[in-house]
This record gives sequence, C-alpha cells and structure tokens, in this order.
Amino acid sequence: MALDQSFVGRTYPPTAPYEVGREKIREFAEAVGDANPAYTDPEAAKALGHPDVIAPPTFVFAITFKAAGVVIEDPQLGLDYSRVVHGDQKFAYNRPVRAGDRLTVTSTIEAIKSLAGNDILDIRGEVHDEAGEHVVTAFTKLVARAAEGE
Amino acid sequence: MSAKIRYEDVEPGTELPAQSFPVSRATLVQYAGASGDFNPIHWNEKFAKEVGLPDVIAHGMFTMAAAIRVVTDWVGDPAAVVEYGVRFTKPVVVPNDETGALVEVSAKVAAKLDDEARTVRVDLTAMSAGQKVLGMSRAVVALA
Repeated sequence: MALDQSFVGRTYPPTAPYEVGREKIREFAEAVGDANPAYTDPEAAKALGHPDVIAPPTFVFAITFKAAGVVIEDPQLGLDYSRVVHGDQKFAYNRPVRAGDRLTVTSTIEAIKSLAGNDILDIRGEVHDEAGEHVVTAFTKLVARAAEGE
Repeated sequence: MSAKIRYEDVEPGTELPAQSFPVSRATLVQYAGASGDFNPIHWNEKFAKEVGLPDVIAHGMFTMAAAIRVVTDWVGDPAAVVEYGVRFTKPVVVPNDETGALVEVSAKVAAKLDDEARTVRVDLTAMSAGQKVLGMSRAVVALA
C-alpha cells in the first residue's frame, strides 16, 4: 500500500545528544581499514587545523540512521521495514564530525514516491552540535520493495 | 582544513590514484560492530539466501566508506570533502573463502566548480566482480 503523501514535510523532534568519543572514531576507522592519522592522532589532526581527531566522512551515518528510526518505525506512516533497502546516501558537510562533539539529529521526511509498487522515502537528517551550529546533513533514500501479490 | 592538492594543479580528467579494497567475512563482522549495523544479511549466509540474495553481502555503507578513501588519501585532509553521495546499484557479494571480495575504486576530477571556493567535483567508480556497485558516486572537494 502506498505511503500517505501527507507525511511529506513532517519533522520529528531532535534526538538526545550523541557524544562522539575518540575511541569510537578509532574503532570505525580501523573497521574500514583507514589509516589516516587525522582519525586517531590528536596531534596529526591539530596539524591540519582541527581541535581534536575527526571522524571519517561516513561515520555520522550510524547516528543519523538511528535517528531516522523515528520515521521508519512511525506506526502512523506504516513503512514495512522488512522490505526496505538503502537506495541512495548523501552527506553535505559544514565541518567534519570530531571527538567531543555532542550531536543532535532532526529528521524530516523530504519526499514520498511510489514507483512500480515500490515506496520510496527520502529522509533528511540535520546534525547540529551543542552550540546549535550545523555540522552535516545526511540525505537517505530508502526503498520499500513491493509486496508479492500487489 | 588544509588540502595538499592545489586547485591550480588539477583539470577535468585528472585521475586520482586508484585503490582496491579486499572485503572478507571478518571485515563485515568488524564493520557491523563498529557501525552498529547488525543486519544478518551481512554475516549470516542462511538468512541472506532466505531473503533471495546469492550470499552474504557487504554493508553498502562499508563500500561507501572504502570508496571515499581514494579521495581522502589523495587530498590528505578528510575535511576537504564537503559533499559526498552514492547510489547503491549492486551488492558486493562476499563468499566465505580465503579471498572474499574485492572492491576496486577509481576516480577522476569531473569539473572545477568554483574558483573562489576552490572546489572540484570528483566522480568515483566502484567495481566488484566486474559489476558497478556504486552509481552516481560523486564528491565535492575543496582544494588548496
């Protein structure tokens, strides 16, 4: 069943702050095999002009996708998550995420489309730091494949 | 932000050094833990096949993270990446054997966008087992 178009533009309340730790960044950088010292060595990060170690570009997805759970699990929207695949992902950065950040995410439904029985949902996650400054925006496109027999 | 590549030194068509990233089942387990994405299609062969996949597949976000290394290793400071987007076109299938899968990433400067902001658009190509696994894979990068 097609998703309700009236949800387009709906914004959900901001999440509780996520505190970015140096060791979590290190764990992520190691998991993607990325030895860039800006991720693990505060001195190397400072030499590049950053106040502390920074996170790899896609690190923030773990935070924004968890935040998108309020949309995905919204019973009123009724998305069938068992049929969902990740279609597109994009990030627009104002600055890199860094250790010590306390980040909140505000999720908004940007678009709902129906294409050949598939529901396509665009979610925008605005990430702000504790001072209220914009850090990065994550654009996530989810595709709920058509159920059999529809 | 301190990129080590100068805006003046690149032109549309400038190629970035290509890289290949091996992906094994162990890689996926490690990425699952680090990212918090424990979807069983990324580690449980039985489950993956039950939902119609040929085998366990890599996290799309792992492939996205690997691909941008071609840009961040080239430019030095990862903060030079001001925009990055991909489309997940085909899964990276990861067999349970000695070799696993290989993601091969190449990239080139597609356009110089803004002489003042010194930004360029880099187009990336990511292949695995002869198939394009990322589409519309583009980064905007601020150079020195």
